[in-house]
Amino acid sequence: MNEHNPIAKNQVKFMLNDKEVYAHSEQTIWQAAHTQGVEIPHLCYRNDETYRADGNCRACMVQIEGERTLAASCQRKVSDGMVVTTDTDRVKNSQKLVMELLLSDHPDKEIAHDDSSHFWQMAETHSLETSRFPSRPAIEADNSHPAIAVNMDACIQCGLCVRACREVQVNDVIGMAGRGADAHIIFDFGDDMGASTCVGCGECVQACPTGALLPKSLMNEDATKRTITPDKQVDSVCPYCGVGCQLSFQVKDDKIVGVESKKGPANLGRLCVKGRYGFDYIHNKERLTKPLIRREDVPKKDWHSFNPSNPLTHFREASWQEALDTASEGLNTIKSTHGGAALSGFGSAKGSNEEAYLFQKLIRTGFQTNNVDHCTRLCHASSVAALLENIGSGAVTASFSQAKYADAIIVIGANPTVNHPVAATFIKNAAQRGAELFVLDPRAQALDRYATKSLNFKPGSDVSLLNALINVIISEELYDRDYVNTHTEGFEQLAETVKYLTPEAMSPICGIPAEDIRLVARKFSNAPAGIIFWGMGISQHTHGTDNSRCLISLALLTGNIGKKGAGLHPLRGQNNVQGASDAGLIPMFLPDYQSVSDPQIRKKYEAIWQFPIPEQIGLTVVEITNAAFNGDIKGMYIMGENPAMSDPDQNHARAALENLDCLVVQDIFPTETAAFADVILPASAFPEKTGTVTNTDRRVQLGRQAVPPPGNAKQDYWIIQEIATRMGLQWSYQHPKDIFAEMRIVMPSLTGITWERLEKEDAVTYPCIDEHSDGQDLLFTESFPTKSGLGKFTPAEYTPPAEEPDDEYPFVLSTGRLLEHWHTGSMTRRSVVLDEIEPVAEIHINPKNLRSLGGFAGTQLQISTRRGVITLAARLDPGLPDGMVFIPFCFDEAPANMLTNSALDPFGKIPELKFSAANIKIAE
Amino acid sequence: MAISSDYRNQKKRSGNFKPKGRIADKTAIDDVTDLLPNQLQRDMLIEYLHLIQDKYSFLSSDHLTALAFIMKLPLSEVWEVASFYDHFILVKETQTPPPSRTIRVCTSLTCSLYESEKMLDAASQSDTAEIRYISAPCLGACDQAPVAADGHFLIPKINPDTLQKLKHTQSTKEKNTLDILQTAWDMDAYINSGGYEILNHLKQSDDKEDHESALLQIEGSALRGLGGAGFPTGKKWRIVRQQAGPRLMAINADEGEPGTFKDRHYLSSNPHQMIEGILIAALLVGISDCYIYVRDEYPEILHLLRCELQKLDATNLADHTTIHLRRGAGAYICGEESAMIESIEGKRGLPRHRPPFVAEKGLFGRPTLVNNVETLFWIPAILKNGADWFNEQGTTEHPGHRTYSVSGRVANPGLVLAPAGITARELIEKCGGMAEGHSFKAYLPGGASGGILPASKADIGLDFGGELAKYGCFVGSHAIVILSDHDNIWDVAKNLMQFFKHESCGQCTPCRAGTDKAVSIMNATEYQPELLSEIAAVMRDASICGLGQAASNPLSCAMRFFPEECERSFSCVSTGLNLSGSNT
Repeated sequence: MNEHNPIAKNQVKFMLNDKEVYAHSEQTIWQAAHTQGVEIPHLCYRNDETYRADGNCRACMVQIEGERTLAASCQRKVSDGMVVTTDTDRVKNSQKLVMELLLSDHPDKEIAHDDSSHFWQMAETHSLETSRFPSRPAIEADNSHPAIAVNMDACIQCGLCVRACREVQVNDVIGMAGRGADAHIIFDFGDDMGASTCVGCGECVQACPTGALLPKSLMNEDATKRTITPDKQVDSVCPYCGVGCQLSFQVKDDKIVGVESKKGPANLGRLCVKGRYGFDYIHNKERLTKPLIRREDVPKKDWHSFNPSNPLTHFREASWQEALDTASEGLNTIKSTHGGAALSGFGSAKGSNEEAYLFQKLIRTGFQTNNVDHCTRLCHASSVAALLENIGSGAVTASFSQAKYADAIIVIGANPTVNHPVAATFIKNAAQRGAELFVLDPRAQALDRYATKSLNFKPGSDVSLLNALINVIISEELYDRDYVNTHTEGFEQLAETVKYLTPEAMSPICGIPAEDIRLVARKFSNAPAGIIFWGMGISQHTHGTDNSRCLISLALLTGNIGKKGAGLHPLRGQNNVQGASDAGLIPMFLPDYQSVSDPQIRKKYEAIWQFPIPEQIGLTVVEITNAAFNGDIKGMYIMGENPAMSDPDQNHARAALENLDCLVVQDIFPTETAAFADVILPASAFPEKTGTVTNTDRRVQLGRQAVPPPGNAKQDYWIIQEIATRMGLQWSYQHPKDIFAEMRIVMPSLTGITWERLEKEDAVTYPCIDEHSDGQDLLFTESFPTKSGLGKFTPAEYTPPAEEPDDEYPFVLSTGRLLEHWHTGSMTRRSVVLDEIEPVAEIHINPKNLRSLGGFAGTQLQISTRRGVITLAARLDPGLPDGMVFIPFCFDEAPANMLTNSALDPFGKIPELKFSAANIKIAE
Repeated sequence: MAISSDYRNQKKRSGNFKPKGRIADKTAIDDVTDLLPNQLQRDMLIEYLHLIQDKYSFLSSDHLTALAFIMKLPLSEVWEVASFYDHFILVKETQTPPPSRTIRVCTSLTCSLYESEKMLDAASQSDTAEIRYISAPCLGACDQAPVAADGHFLIPKINPDTLQKLKHTQSTKEKNTLDILQTAWDMDAYINSGGYEILNHLKQSDDKEDHESALLQIEGSALRGLGGAGFPTGKKWRIVRQQAGPRLMAINADEGEPGTFKDRHYLSSNPHQMIEGILIAALLVGISDCYIYVRDEYPEILHLLRCELQKLDATNLADHTTIHLRRGAGAYICGEESAMIESIEGKRGLPRHRPPFVAEKGLFGRPTLVNNVETLFWIPAILKNGADWFNEQGTTEHPGHRTYSVSGRVANPGLVLAPAGITARELIEKCGGMAEGHSFKAYLPGGASGGILPASKADIGLDFGGELAKYGCFVGSHAIVILSDHDNIWDVAKNLMQFFKHESCGQCTPCRAGTDKAVSIMNATEYQPELLSEIAAVMRDASICGLGQAASNPLSCAMRFFPEECERSFSCVSTGLNLSGSNT
C-alpha cells in the first residue's frame, strides 16, 4: 500500500472493498483492482491496451457507492474518493447470473469447442458448468475458411472479434448485425468466412474468449473441438516479411502445430495470415532431407522435366562428406584455373544475420571475390543507393510505429496491406485516429479507403509527379526554411531543376489533376509531422534511384527527419534483408556499409579475418547472371535464394544457370534454381535454427530453434563452415553466438547489443549507445552521417521506363506479390492453408480490358513480352488502370519473370521489374 | 512449361478469378450515385439507406455494395447498420424481395387488448405477391386502437374486415399527407396567433439580462424532461450552456413508449410551437446545429416538418442556428438519448456508457442538449406567461401540468392535459369512465417501462419520483393504459416482455439474454417466479441503459401484485391475449 502524501499528480485515492488504494487516474476500476490482486471476472474485456474496453458482457460488474445501478469495472475510470465494492451479494449475484445466462446458449462442456477457453475458466470461478435457462436454437458451424473454424453456437456477442477486425487490424470484415437476441456476428454481408473479404490474419481467433473462433490446426479432424495441446512453446520471429513480428511456435512431438503471437515491439501482438497459418511449409514432404549430387546422365538443359516431388530423376542421394567434397572441389577447380573473379555467391535474406555474415566472409576470403549479393538487389537497392548518397545511411530513419505520431502519411509505390500487413494495421490505426493518409500508386489498393486522397498516377511517371509536388512546396514557400538552411545542401540546384515542373506541366505526364497535386503537397508540408513509406513501386525501376532521391528531397524540404511521427521508411521486404545487407552480403561493401575498395577498411577486416580480401568491387545479381551467361562466371554458391524464379528475363537467367560449370545450391526445398545444381545441400528452415534477424525498423531480434531440421538436413552455418574448411579457411564456430560475437567486433551498428541481451530482451534496435540503453528509433535528430553533416538534395529529371508500350506490345506489365504467397512461392505454395486460398496462377486485369480481349473471369490468357510467353487464367481486378496488368511472381507454372525486363537502374543496379511492355490474347 | 509437382497436382485446383468478397457493380453504382447528393457525409448513412429503399422498396446487396464502395465504408459496417433497424428490408442475391406493400399491424399492449394479433393472423393468411401483413411495435396512436400502418402511414381503428380489404384500396399515403397539411397550424397561422414573438424579442434584445432572465424563468418553472427522464429542463440548459462550444442539440421525436401518443399530437397540430422552443434553446444555450430526430412511423409529421422548416428558412427566425431533420428507421431504443445520438451519427442505435454524459460529450463528441418534443413545446408559453403560471397549472406538491396519453379500457381514450400528480382514477373519469362492461382492475402508470399497478393503488399521484417510486414504478412518458377484468395480467406482462425483447439493442447480456429467456420462461408450461425474479434483478442492476433496467418492471409488478393470477395462467389455457412469442 502506498503511503504517499500528498497524492501525486495523475494519482487518485479510492476505496476498494474497504481498503484504501492508490491508482493512476487513467486506470479503470478493473485495472486498479487487478494491480491490487483483486481479480474481477471478465469476458468482453481484453487486458491489452491496444483493445478498447466495451463493457457489454456485464461479467465485470461492481458496486459504486451512490450509484443506482452497478457499473462495468472494465470501463469505469477510477476517481478520487470513489467507494467500490466487488464482493457484495448484489455484485456476486449479478456476475453469476450473467455467466449463467451466457452458459445457457453455449454447447455443453463435454462437447464445447474449447473447454480450456477463457469462457470456461470464468464459468469455473463462479462454480458454474450448466445453466437453468433455456437455450437458443442450434447454430451451424462455418468451416469455409481453410485455417479457421467458426462455431457461432459458442458466441457470446462480446464483440472482441469485431474490435479485433475493425479497430486493431482494420481489415473491416467482421460486424455485429441484427438486434437484440438476434444480434449475430457477420463477415461482410453475413457471408461465409471463406467467401468473404477476410484476409485470415487470425486476430479475431486470438481475441475470441469462447472457442467460437479457433485455429483448425489445433482441432480434431472435423474441426469441432480443440484437441491438440502443445508440449512446448518457443519464442521466435516470423520468417516471412520485414515487419518482424514476434511469435511463439506451438510444438508437439517436434512438429509445429500452431503459432501464437507475441507482443514484440514491432507487431504488438499482431500477425498476418502467413505468419499465423503459414508455418506448415517446413513439414511439407518435399523438404530436402539428404544431400544430392547431380546424376551424370542428366544434363542441365533437361530442367523442364525436373519435378520437386521426385528429385531423384535428376539427382542421386549422397553422404554429406561426398556432397561437400564434390561441391568444394568444383569451386576450388574454378578458383585455381580462372581465379576468384569467376566465382560468385548469392546469400539469403531469409536466413539469420550470422549465416549472412559467414556467407559473405566465405565468398570474400574463401572464394577470393567480392561477387557476393542477395535479393536486395531486386528490391530496395535503388532506395539504399539514394539514401546513402543523400543522407549517408541506407536504413530507415524512423520505425513504422512512428505512424502513430504522424499527422500526414505518404504511402507511395507500396501495397502494405498485402506485403507488410501488420505494419499496414498501424497506418490504418493512424488514419482512423485522424492522420491524413495519401496513397500514391497506379493501382487502387485497400489503403484507399482510409486515405484523404489517393493519386493513381500513370505507371512509371513517378518522377514527374514527385517533381511537381516539390515544385509546389518550393514555389508556394511551404518548405521548412529553418530546417533547409541548417540541415541541408543543394537546395538551389533542386529549386532550379523543378522551377518549370509545375503541376499543370506535369499533369499530362503523370495523369493527376493539378489541383490534387497541390492539395497533397500543401497538406503534407503543412502537417507538423509527416512520414513517407515506400516500396517496390519506387525502387524496381530504371529510374528507381531517382524516385528515391525525390522522396528524400520531400522529407528534407519539409523538415520531416529526426522528429517524432516523421521520417523516411523504405519498407524492407524480407525478414532479414536489412540484416543481410548490414552483414555485408553485397558486392561493394563490407559489413556496416564500409567500402571494400578502401584499403584502410580492407586492412582492418583482414586483420580480424586473418585472410586477404580482394579489392575489386564485385558484381551485382543481374550482372552476375549476365556474366554467367557469358561464361565469365563459371561457379556459384547459392544459399536460400531462387534466382531461377526471382531474376528478371528468366529464360536468360535460367540459361545462365545452365551454363555454370559448378552450381552449389543450399536450400530447404528443391527449388527451380536447384534444378540446375551440381550439388544440392539440404538446409534448415528458420524455425529450425537459432539466429538473429533484423527487421525493417532496425530491430535486431532473436529467433530460437523450435524443432529440429528434418532427416539429414543441417544448419546453414555448419554447411558454410564445412565448405569454408575445404576451401582453405580455418573456422571453428560452434554456435551462432560465436559468429555474432565476431560480428560485434567488426560492426559498430551492433554496439550495445550482445547475445545475452537479446536472449533476455528478444529485441534491441540499433544504433544503441550501450547495453543499458534502449536503441534509437529516430535517427538524425541533429545531423546526418555525411561528410558535411548535412542532408543533400539530388534533383532528378523524368525519364520514361526502359520499355514503353507500343503497337506490338500495348499493355504495361507490372509484377509483384500476393498476400498469401511469399515471393517465389517456394515456402507458401507448400503451405496447405496459404496455397488453398490462392492455388492458381492468375493475371490481374481490369474488367474492361478483359472484355475487349473477349475474355471473362477465368479465361486462359497468353501474355508475351520480348523475353518470353506464359499462359494463365484471368482474374478481374477493377483496381487496375486501363492498359495495365499485374502478375504475381510466385507461380512456377506461369513464372512472371519469364516476361520481365532486366534493364537496370544505373546506380542501384536493380532491374525494372515493375514495368515492361506486353501483349495479351486469349490462349488457344 | 509448368514444373509439375505431384503434391500440388493432387489437390483440386480452382482459382479465384476475382477479388474476395463483392465487387460493386457499375449499374448499381450509377443507381445509387443518382440518388445521393454530391457531398457525402458518413453520418447520413441512414438517410442514404432510406433514399435507396424509398425508390427500390428494399435494400439489395448490389445496392448496398455500391453504397459501401461510394462511401468508402466496410461492407460489414453498412450491413450492421442496415440490419439493426426494423424498417430496412435487406435482400441478398439468393433471396426474393418481399411484396412492395407492407401493412404493419400494431401488436403492442393497447392494440393487443383489442385483438390486433388475431386480426393480423387472419389477414396474413392471405398474403399475396403484392401485399403482406406483419406485426409492428407501438405506432403511437393508442387512442385509436387497434391501429395499423400502410407502409408507415397510419390506419386508425382497423377491424378484420377493413384490414383484409386493404389489398384492394389505394395506399393511405396521399390521404394522410394531405390531411395533416390541412389540419396543422402552419407558420402563418402560428405567427398570426402570436407565435415567435418571444423568440423575436430575445433575438433582438442586445441585453444579456434578457437572456439571463429567460433562463431563470425556465429554471424557476417545474418543467422537467417529458420524454420520460424528468430531468429539470432549466438545469439541463444551464449545464450545457457552461460547456465549451460548439454545442449541439438533439430533439427527441422518437416517441415509442407503448401507450404514448402525445408528441404525435403536438407535432401534427402545432409544430411551430416546438420549433420556437428549439430556437429559443438554441439562442439561450448557444447551439450551432439542431437535429430533430423523428420516428419513421410518423411519416406525415416528417413531411409536415419538411414543409414548415422550408418556410422557416425563408425568414430570419432561425438564422442563429441550423436545423436538420433526421428520420428514424424503426427502433424503440433510439428514443434513448445516447442511442438516438448514435443513430444521428449514422450508426446502430446502441446506448452509450455514462459517464461521460451527453451534456459534456454527446453528438459528434460535442456537448449536446437533448430535449423531448413536448418539453420544448412548453417553452414559449412559459416565457410568455412566467414560471409561476406554469407551476400553478399543478399543485405545490406536484407543480406544472402534464399531457397524459390515456388508452385502454376507457370510454374515451385520448390526451388529457392535467395538473401533474393527477391519479389514474381521476384520469379514467376525465376519459368518460371505464368502457361499457369493463371494471377497473389494473393500470400502467408509465407505458411499458413504468410497471403495472392494481386498481387499489389508483390514487397515487402520477408524477416523477414520489409514491410511484416506492413500488418500483415510474410515470415516464405519462402513458397510462387502463386494464379491466377482461384482461389477464400475465398476458399483459408477456406482451410487454415480448416488446422489450424485440426492441433490445442486444449489446448487453442482462437485457439481450434476459428478455429473451424471460419470454421463453413466461411462455413455458411451468410457473417459475424465482427464476424470473433472478433475471429481473440482474436486468435491473446490470443493464447498460434504461430499457434493460426497466424491462422487467411489468413482470415484477405482475408477480408482486397479481401472484394468483400469474400462477393460474399456467394451470389453464390463457384466454384473451395469446402471444406466440416470436419476433416479426
